[in-house]
Amino acid sequence: MAIYLDFEQKIKQIQEDIISAEVRHDEHAVEILQKDLEKEVTKTYKNLSPFQELQLARHLDRPYALDYINLMMTNKYEIHGDRHFRDDAAILCYLGYIGGERVLVIGEQKGRGTKNKIKRNFGMPHPEGYRKALRAAKMAEKFNLPILMLIDTPGAYPGLGAEERNQSEAIARNLLELSMINTPTVSIVIGEGGSGGALAIGVADKLAMMRYSVFSVISPEGCAAILWNDPKKVEAATKALKVTSSDLKEFDLIDDIIEEPLIGAHRDKEGAANALKEYFLSQVTSLRALSESERMEQRYNRLTSVGAFEEDV
Amino acid sequence: MSILDLFGNANKKTSKSDASAHWVKCKSCQSLMYYKEIEKQQFVCPKCGFHMRIGVNDRINILVDKDSFVEFDAGLKPVDPLRFVDKKSYVKRVEEGIAKTGRNSSVVSGECTINGIGTQLVVFDFAFMGGSLGSVEGEKILRAVTRAMEKRQGVIIVSASGGARMQESTFSLMQMSKTSAALARLAEEGLPYISLLTDPTMGGVSASFATLGDIIIVEPGALIGFAGQRVIEQTIGSALPEGFQRAEFLLEKGSIDMVVNRSEMKNTIADLLGIFLDQEPMTATRRREDSDDSDDDHEEEYKQSKILY
Repeated sequence: MAIYLDFEQKIKQIQEDIISAEVRHDEHAVEILQKDLEKEVTKTYKNLSPFQELQLARHLDRPYALDYINLMMTNKYEIHGDRHFRDDAAILCYLGYIGGERVLVIGEQKGRGTKNKIKRNFGMPHPEGYRKALRAAKMAEKFNLPILMLIDTPGAYPGLGAEERNQSEAIARNLLELSMINTPTVSIVIGEGGSGGALAIGVADKLAMMRYSVFSVISPEGCAAILWNDPKKVEAATKALKVTSSDLKEFDLIDDIIEEPLIGAHRDKEGAANALKEYFLSQVTSLRALSESERMEQRYNRLTSVGAFEEDV
Repeated sequence: MSILDLFGNANKKTSKSDASAHWVKCKSCQSLMYYKEIEKQQFVCPKCGFHMRIGVNDRINILVDKDSFVEFDAGLKPVDPLRFVDKKSYVKRVEEGIAKTGRNSSVVSGECTINGIGTQLVVFDFAFMGGSLGSVEGEKILRAVTRAMEKRQGVIIVSASGGARMQESTFSLMQMSKTSAALARLAEEGLPYISLLTDPTMGGVSASFATLGDIIIVEPGALIGFAGQRVIEQTIGSALPEGFQRAEFLLEKGSIDMVVNRSEMKNTIADLLGIFLDQEPMTATRRREDSDDSDDDHEEEYKQSKILY
């Protein structure tokens, strides 16, 4: 069953009408309704509030990392474990091919359905997840595989075991090591980019966001609780934090926005996967055109030039 | 209540306005002490060893050779890229921070000597917006690390921070990767970075440069962690064990190299820099005599530190 948000109710109605028209084999009605649908979707998505974009980024029908992996990769093998503590199912690592390109894909996986959500810890990695990702990235460097990282997490897990095993260090180590990893790297926010837990696989040559994904320093819920002292101020916090892809592009904090199919990634997973795949392959091609030192210098400048400040001389 | 209010008592005991109040009460053992006396003790309670939070000036005085500190990049000032307003505007919070501390940011950075060894020093000021990490703070760290590479020096960062500054959202988040990338280059140059963690060091600061030191030193009893204690309690639905996320806990878990008393801090750091840079530190006046470490002594120290918290 498809899930519809409150501002998608008209879209839902038209889609249901299309289905019944199809059942009646009324092709003329289907054609008209398809046009209506296009109009309605365009109208709805053109005027989304930041909070609505947040809801889309968290939409339960949105493609997760594993959906993209299944749709994009061929001859793929999942690799497991940090070699020290355990395998963290909230982070996936896959070796295989995208197009003709040998690749490593690292992705944060939220899990669909209660059982999988629990298995994946709702996409909130433990330190061993980040360490697995780094181990895989080092292997990719060794064999000169480009790395695609798919960000989709509410944040790194805040729990006892995570603290005991040094969540801070696991994230920090990835930030440091990924800045130096000598192979083309592309990170893409596919849904929710929650704080340090997202950034830990967000250090790359290129950072992009799917159109209806979000990225912020803290979850709007957390921000509302701390700064407004009122968890109900989520809408205000979402707006203030400037979490949408267009906000981040405007601030030059990301390189690109990947456009989703007209009807949204959550209604057309294949279309979304094709757009992402095309983007990734074109980025790898242009990164390969640079010399190693040019690529590393460009990455360093990209990472270290971030900031908004004034200076009195 | 904001996250800043959570730590509202920071530096209270050492701020100028309170210096005129002659008596200070130890937060741990409740002993009353004469301010001048506790100042001489580097704000460590002589009765129970509790390390009080201290401000930037006191911190610098404790760590560096007299009059050797020269500040850099003091002209960097925060802007408000998001035009962020919650219950108060970011602009207003910055103004309050400036009024409170006389500085534009939560970081003071510069060059100094420590027992004669030239060093780039970065100190966080918890009194300025909870020591939060924003664009100015990240830029100061980048520049300090860059200077260290030019001058072939080591870097010391003294952290005291609630984490990334929410009011700068993703700008502040990306200071984590900015500072970490700079430290990666410092490491490639074979230059040392010593991270000194003080009470409290949390969130985005803890999850970036603070845990990347070649050596990580923590003051006794300091609270260090990724997630805040309240958030963890809400997540797991129960109270946290005693001493959780404290310096001694981190030492036991293998997350840090050493817990060092404030009185030993300068010599310890100078000696470590000397070993890494192959430079002889100037002999300090209160130099610790080398003695063999004993398992029993360590156990004793550990027990004592546990009693404190």
